[in-house]
Amino acid sequence: MLEAIGAFFAQMFSSRVWGILVDSFPRLLGYFLRVSIPLTLLSFLLALVISVAVAMIQYAQVPVLRQICRFYIWVVRGTPLLVQLYMVFYGLPSLGVMLDAFPCAVLVFGFNEGAYMAESMRGALEAVPRGQLEAGACVGLRYLQIMRHIVLPQAFRIAFPALSNSLISMVKGTSLAASVTVMEMFRQAQVINGRLHESLGLYAEVALIYLLFCTLLTFLQRRGEKRLSRFGGVK
Amino acid sequence: MSENASRRMMLRAEGVTKRFDGREVLRGIDLTVEQGDVVAILGPSGSGKTTLLRCLNFLERADGGTLEFDGERIELARATGKDVARLRRKTAFVFQNYNLFLNKTVLQNVTLGLTAARGMRRDEARERAVRALEKVGMAQRLDSYPAQLSGGQQQRVAIARGLAAQPEIFYFDEPTSALDPELIGEVLSVMRTLAEEGRTMLVVTHEMGFARSVSSKVLFLEDGAVVESGPTADFFTRPKTQRSRSFVESILAERER
Ligand SMILES: Nc1ncnc2c1ncn2[C@@H]1O[C@H](COP(=O)(O)OP(=O)(O)OP(=O)(O)O)[C@@H](O)[C@H]1O
Ligand SMILES: [Mg+2]
Repeated sequence: MLEAIGAFFAQMFSSRVWGILVDSFPRLLGYFLRVSIPLTLLSFLLALVISVAVAMIQYAQVPVLRQICRFYIWVVRGTPLLVQLYMVFYGLPSLGVMLDAFPCAVLVFGFNEGAYMAESMRGALEAVPRGQLEAGACVGLRYLQIMRHIVLPQAFRIAFPALSNSLISMVKGTSLAASVTVMEMFRQAQVINGRLHESLGLYAEVALIYLLFCTLLTFLQRRGEKRLSRFGGVK
Repeated sequence: MSENASRRMMLRAEGVTKRFDGREVLRGIDLTVEQGDVVAILGPSGSGKTTLLRCLNFLERADGGTLEFDGERIELARATGKDVARLRRKTAFVFQNYNLFLNKTVLQNVTLGLTAARGMRRDEARERAVRALEKVGMAQRLDSYPAQLSGGQQQRVAIARGLAAQPEIFYFDEPTSALDPELIGEVLSVMRTLAEEGRTMLVVTHEMGFARSVSSKVLFLEDGAVVESGPTADFFTRPKTQRSRSFVESILAERER
């Protein structure tokens, strides 16, 4: 074990590898900033919209739509993300639906994580005390106003840790887009590796970039949680 | 009081019934409230006091009965969403556990109903809210969140939220029973002020001192039915039924302990 670790560092810091890593770093970081992060943010935004809609439909027990939402969550949560990606990117063209790789990845990631986030949001909506809705009704608010001004903001606070979790898992999940030809950071590393044959160093470098960014997000999450608790609010 | 025939009839409920899972919780309640009345709704636990108030404000849907309110007559079980909204605009409800909007500041708690539900201008709503908050002694905490306030302070803000709506009638459901004993007084004194201003109030309470000194009428419920109703003084000094007599006695005995 120790020997392996020793060997790892010996290799990483040999001047050849070091040179490769230093040279490739700006390039990899560039792809991360220009592709991986936008991919994450767009997918997360889509997932957020889907999850709020799906959670509200279930919360309000809208007939028919509610069953459709249950079905969506059941299917998405019960099948692997990679398989979903393949089906949409490689499978749908046979039905005449052709999507570019990037929007295809956004769609799949968004719908996938949306199902998980919908469950978080639904739980959070249900955790808002009933008395909050009753008080809203008593001051004359209509149902959607109560949702908008009172229930949803409180639900977002309750769901904040779970949603942060989803965002962080999505950052890493975008590396799967490499498998459907999206030229993001991981795929770029594969390309560089094809030329220079330095799997360990390059992929460790990619891992490190993910790790740093997720660390930043975790830090922001802590700050966000502190801020929300300062409002008092949901106890 | 009742000899003052010029007073306007504010609310008349007739034959209010409510069933939970087949069990009759309200069994035909009649109730008349005139403008300026402070009606204390008394009765043992589980007698249906909360349910009655909630039915009158449609937080619970009654199975039967009619409600005449402010010149309008409605079948409780048939009220449409529009009816409910219109009636609620004339009422204020104060809950046992305050139910302030947890994500809103004190000021926003009071203005939200004015701006969002009544379409009032922001500055106008703010002005009215501040006046209501001054009245309950909470105007110095406009930017606090409910979680930063004591129970008594929260309940006073809840009363201000009702006040700002300028309701025809106030419903109070045990407004002090979730409070620590030392905080009860501040809330009761606000309610006393409202009563003295001649506001119409329906108050479910276990505070007999308050009921006795502030209310003008008593409605005594037991097991979902009205056992006795009438002027407060009569109820406490010469209760008409055996049940009300023993209720009054047990309450007085409890206070002496
Ligand atoms: N949502 C509900 N579902 C089923 N039963 C209910 C519900 N709400 C109230 N009840 C029942 O209805 C009866 C009357 O309850 P209610 O809360 O109106 O009594 P109360 O007079 O306000 O009592 P308390 O003094 O303890 O507040 C009780 O037996 C209670 O268990
Ligand atoms: Mg009660």
